[in-house]
Amino acid sequence: MPDNTKKIVIIGATSAIAHACARLWALGAAEFFLVGRDPEKLRQAAEDLTVRGAGQVATYVLDANELAKHPAMLARCFETLGRIDIALIAHGTLPDQAACEQDVNLALQEFSSNGLSVIALLTLLANRMEAQGSGTLAVISSVAGDRGRPSNYLYGTAKAAVTTFCEGLRGRLYKAGVHVITIKPGFVDTPMTQGLPLPKLLVASPEAVAKSICQAIEKRTNTLYTPAFWWAIMLVIKHIPTFIFKRARL
Amino acid sequence: MVTVSSWGRLSRLEHQVKVLSARHQVAAQLPSDQLGLVYGMGRSYGDACLNPGGVLWNTQGLNRFIRFDEDTGRLVCEAGVLLRDIQQLFVPRGWILPVTPGTQLITVGGAIANDVHGKNHHQLGSFGDHIHWLKLIRTDGTMIDCSPDVQPDWFAATIGGLGLTGVITEAQIQLRRIPGPWLVAETFPYHSLTDFFHWADSSEAAWEHTVSWIDCLHGGTARGLFMRANPIPSAPRISPASRKLAMPFVPPISLVNKISLPLFNNAYFYLKKRQPEPQIVHYENFFYPLDNLLNWNRMYGPTGFFQYQSVLPRSVGLEATQAMLAEIARCGEGSFLAVLKTFGEREALGMMSFPQPGVTLALDFPNKGERTLRLFARLDAIVQEAEGRLYLAKDARMPRDLFVAGYPRLNEFIHYRDPGISSALSRRLIGD
Ligand SMILES: Cc1cc2nc3c(=O)[nH]c(=O)nc-3n(C[C@H](O)[C@H](O)[C@H](O)COP(=O)(O)OP(=O)(O)OC[C@H]3O[C@@H](n4cnc5c(N)ncnc54)[C@H](O)[C@@H]3O)c2cc1C
Ligand SMILES: NC(=O)c1ccc[n+]([C@@H]2O[C@H](COP(=O)([O-])OP(=O)(O)OC[C@H]3O[C@@H](n4cnc5c(N)ncnc54)[C@H](OP(=O)(O)O)[C@@H]3O)[C@@H](O)[C@H]2O)c1
Repeated sequence: MPDNTKKIVIIGATSAIAHACARLWALGAAEFFLVGRDPEKLRQAAEDLTVRGAGQVATYVLDANELAKHPAMLARCFETLGRIDIALIAHGTLPDQAACEQDVNLALQEFSSNGLSVIALLTLLANRMEAQGSGTLAVISSVAGDRGRPSNYLYGTAKAAVTTFCEGLRGRLYKAGVHVITIKPGFVDTPMTQGLPLPKLLVASPEAVAKSICQAIEKRTNTLYTPAFWWAIMLVIKHIPTFIFKRARL
Repeated sequence: MVTVSSWGRLSRLEHQVKVLSARHQVAAQLPSDQLGLVYGMGRSYGDACLNPGGVLWNTQGLNRFIRFDEDTGRLVCEAGVLLRDIQQLFVPRGWILPVTPGTQLITVGGAIANDVHGKNHHQLGSFGDHIHWLKLIRTDGTMIDCSPDVQPDWFAATIGGLGLTGVITEAQIQLRRIPGPWLVAETFPYHSLTDFFHWADSSEAAWEHTVSWIDCLHGGTARGLFMRANPIPSAPRISPASRKLAMPFVPPISLVNKISLPLFNNAYFYLKKRQPEPQIVHYENFFYPLDNLLNWNRMYGPTGFFQYQSVLPRSVGLEATQAMLAEIARCGEGSFLAVLKTFGEREALGMMSFPQPGVTLALDFPNKGERTLRLFARLDAIVQEAEGRLYLAKDARMPRDLFVAGYPRLNEFIHYRDPGISSALSRRLIGD
């Protein structure tokens, strides 16, 4: 009998966007390995998915910045799930740019949360999945990585690193039958953006973004701008000449 | 600070919004030097969910399910879960919320805090009747687990307690078995209130859901459409149209006016009146017809609208309702959203719950300032004379004496208030 159950690992599983994706997957046959740093939030996420119809839901507490602990986590993950059909990397922080300009340690810490830790995880996951010969690596980057803006270029730099890393990895894993999707959300209404004065019309719900992410994973899209109109916005922004861009208040 | 309105869009005032996103962190988030209030989906029409100048704790992030027992139908969930999410997940599994109001786009917390009722009040009472227990967090950090048996006084204060006793973070709800998502529904035109009461009385024993649409312009003689429905097992193989229409902008003037209203009411009455035999309808279309028109509240234009919902004891229900309808027809105000329904004999659990035995009339009115308020004053007099009450979830203007007369357990209730919580409604009607 073919096993149609999706085996899914989520890093940063307590993220609002990631949890909204997990809820959609839970409606079909799915088993989860949820990784996050807050045990209580992880437990609550697991309970919610269970009520919504998920099969086994395992949790694992890990701070993504503790790179040395990644291999043990992944070993446990493969032990639990057997194989990985979808790995969603969703954790991230929105750094205080002004503070990062004054404090090198803070800047590097934030760069690690949004960039290095993702690259570290992808490196290990890639080898495992290459050997497995199937599955999808879904990585949440950001439109902020498309161009450096004074208001958040540290975050943008880390996301740009992730985007470029994924592009290279996609080409490498293509041959092994493993797909890599780079997800670039625009503004999403989540705890990360709480209290920010964002233009209301441009802010999407985590549910809407999750729906497009799940569809894009099915369709094996390479790069997803979500909501889709961000593709057009970023096309324009990417083409603004530097002599103008550097004067703009962005 | 951001501006927040309730469903009636009568005001746009500044609030400091704090999102609650994890139930184990709520206690730490509440303390503040400002007074706060919980905000669910803001589907209350008046000022029950507003606290201008103060803090609003938005429960949108408290939207997790916690446990479900397939054998007993008991669901534990966080207070920000939408009734829609419960229905969409559980109806396909054969379970449904026993009581839901005319919209499913509200939170569990809001449904408890207004002890909302549906079309089946005569059989199943109100939302609070199906809560096994709830968890309340007070602004001083105290946590109270209460139920009809444990700390029953706190339970009775919080069911229908308008968010004033603390923040509900989770609750256990009793779901009900259903054979499927379908109902069989019948519609009958009525041409007098006597007729209406006849249909209501003769339907209540055998029909779970009863409700009626009433033409508010027809005066004391009253005409309308009486509807009744029961769940049925048969499953036609069509799914409800999920396409949603939206009111994309606020028109400069109300679309509900002296020209459109009589036209609509006549057309609606004559179209539906000829409805043939019993119809099979999907529960979403029967219970929540307005949810398919997103933001329909914008149609009343920039000044917003009121809803006036009263309940009158059955003994005087007929004459008093007649008198109210005559007043309304006389000034030609109102809207096509007008509902007349009987409540069952069951007394509500909550100290401040709205439902009581009798007949309830709910009508929307575009806000035309003084003119509308003068009409309400005349309706108030009828309600007070009849010893009825107005629904706080809908109210933005009732006078204090009508409130005090209508809610005799107020003095008992105020002992359970949380001193860190206040709403525009509590300041208007209770004084703080
Ligand atoms: C189209 C439509 C049809 C309706 N039909 C009906 C009907 O048939 N029957 C009926 O009874 N009502 C009806 N209503 C009214 C609606 O059901 C109530 O106003 C309901 O309380 C709204 O819930 P909400 O989540 O939007 O809460 P809000 O309106 O945001 O808040 C309502 C109250 O609940 C409190 N509250 C919310 N969450 C919590 C919490 N977690 N802890 C403590 N207090 C809390 C708030 O402080 C406030 O006092 C209808 C409303 C609309 C828009
Ligand atoms: N929201 C937006 O507008 C937006 C736009 C573009 C891209 N994104 C990206 O989308 C992803 C999801 O974010 P979100 O919007 O859903 O916000 P969110 O709900 O705040 O989620 C971020 C998650 O990352 C977790 N996290 C942060 N640092 C971690 C670490 N060192 N180890 C483990 N977990 C860590 C957080 O855990 P805790 O719960 O324990 O804090 C939180 O669950 C992020 O990568 C973000 O950069 C978001």
